[in-house]
Amino acid sequence: MIEGIFVDGLVFSLMVIGILISYRILDFADLTCDGSVATGAAVATMAIVNGFPIYLALVLSFLAGVLAGMVTAAIHNKLKIPGLLAGILTMTMLYSINLRILGNKANVPLLRVETLYSKLPKIFSFIPSEWASLLGTLLVVLFIKVLIDIFFRTDLGVSLGAMGGNEQMVISQGINPDILKLMGIGLSNGLIALSGGLLAQYQGFADANLGQGMVVQGLAAIMLGEFLFSTNKISLLTLRAILGAIMYKALMFFGRKYGYLVNITPNDFKLLTGILVIASLFIAQTRSVASSKGARRKAIARSLARHEAELKEEN
Amino acid sequence: MLDITNMTKVFYPGTVNEKMALDDVTLHVNKRDVICVVGSNGSGKSTLFNLISGTYPVTSGKIIFDGNDVTNSPEYKRAMTIGRIFQDPTRGTAANMSIEDNMITAATKGMKGLRISLNNEKREQFKKLLEPIGLQDRLRDNVGLLSGGQRQALTLLMTVMSKPKMLLLDEHTAALDPRNAQVVMDLTERFIKEYELTALMVTHNMQFAIDFGNRLIMMDEGTIILDVSGEEKSKLTVPKLVKLFKNLRNKTFDNDEGLLTKE
Repeated sequence: MIEGIFVDGLVFSLMVIGILISYRILDFADLTCDGSVATGAAVATMAIVNGFPIYLALVLSFLAGVLAGMVTAAIHNKLKIPGLLAGILTMTMLYSINLRILGNKANVPLLRVETLYSKLPKIFSFIPSEWASLLGTLLVVLFIKVLIDIFFRTDLGVSLGAMGGNEQMVISQGINPDILKLMGIGLSNGLIALSGGLLAQYQGFADANLGQGMVVQGLAAIMLGEFLFSTNKISLLTLRAILGAIMYKALMFFGRKYGYLVNITPNDFKLLTGILVIASLFIAQTRSVASSKGARRKAIARSLARHEAELKEEN
Repeated sequence: MLDITNMTKVFYPGTVNEKMALDDVTLHVNKRDVICVVGSNGSGKSTLFNLISGTYPVTSGKIIFDGNDVTNSPEYKRAMTIGRIFQDPTRGTAANMSIEDNMITAATKGMKGLRISLNNEKREQFKKLLEPIGLQDRLRDNVGLLSGGQRQALTLLMTVMSKPKMLLLDEHTAALDPRNAQVVMDLTERFIKEYELTALMVTHNMQFAIDFGNRLIMMDEGTIILDVSGEEKSKLTVPKLVKLFKNLRNKTFDNDEGLLTKE
């Protein structure tokens, strides 16, 4: 049970890292996510159903996501339309494509085939099967987290972060921002699709409607994580995203479990998630106002102290 | 170094808002020229810079830089050899990243690879470079925490450390308080000497334009109306400059004259 929350959260966390890259690092409001997570699920499911090895299924779902992200970036780059609109276009088109991938079915189950989550208990046979799922997912997520951390410390990764902060700056450094966006949004959606590929195996089916509202859930997780600590280090940013994802899934779990007490059903979760995001934004705003007030007070105190010291010296 | 021939820029052609921002400008910049560009608001100084650096395409004309025709090359490609600093101190650096990350991005121009170049050796180099602007102990601080003056000084440092062939300074001290403006200006002068740079600088301070550099260009209504250099320039004074303007254009500075400070 408790393991279930963690597995759920960890699978979700790859998507949250993807959203972290687009929204926070690249400052690109990308809605492709709602489509690409389902694409990842669909590709992984169909690959597994057709007898591909699991690792290959996951690689394929990652690549499908990269492609989807690059389509969004290309639309944004070439037609000079806002990223938001480009993402909505791709997301909408992906819905049809996802149905195609699933063989024109809205739902394809992963029955009687080996998936990651039927294999993991066999690999880690020394622990109970739920814990084996958790351990396996944890290893996958940590592996990817470390890769992402390293990537964002390379020169290329740093320039991606620079573009998110100030596009003019990377242009001034002789870098084509269009190419950075292709790579960044591609990577972001690759991770989101990979998360979808894992999710399909964990829940045992792929669904064309899987992605609905995923962006907002991901943002909620990011914001929950941001309450934990503040940082500008990539390794802590990704860690925070993972923790936020687990926290979000835990909240949803307890909502499902005890929600009936206050007459809340899973149907209300999208509303509640939205309210959670709004509340987080509100709290973050009041906080930053408070901290800038605090900083101002400190600055005044510092300058007063300096003046006093100068006066003493003069005397 | 830079050859601009018959360059024209028309904004919103064919509409009621049509505006001729640059009108048949021809300019030849020699290697190691340090040129001050003066002119009131709307005279085309910024457009001239935007066209040289490739922010907008030209309507007609040709730009040859260092022997290559760059008229149609995109801004990021020209930025490989042309360093530009804006009036707004926030435009040259990424506020969400540390000083060292900003500097490593600027250390080499062009598309980056998958190497991690930021190591302790680089950090030591950066510290040395940051010493003149007093930021040597703040490598890991976010740039967003710096003051406008510090940010502009850092931008200047980052621009020259990638060794551009030419520097475009677009009123880069105008948004700073007088003390910080002086610091940034001293650095500018020092870097231009040290790295033997060719530079174009827009300024509203006429006295400064007279004192600084070896050449002065005055612009009005999209054309270059005055181009003096060497001895002729050193004999200039602010009243002479104002008088020249009057004679050339048969009009006085409009009320924007306030921006062309005389101190």
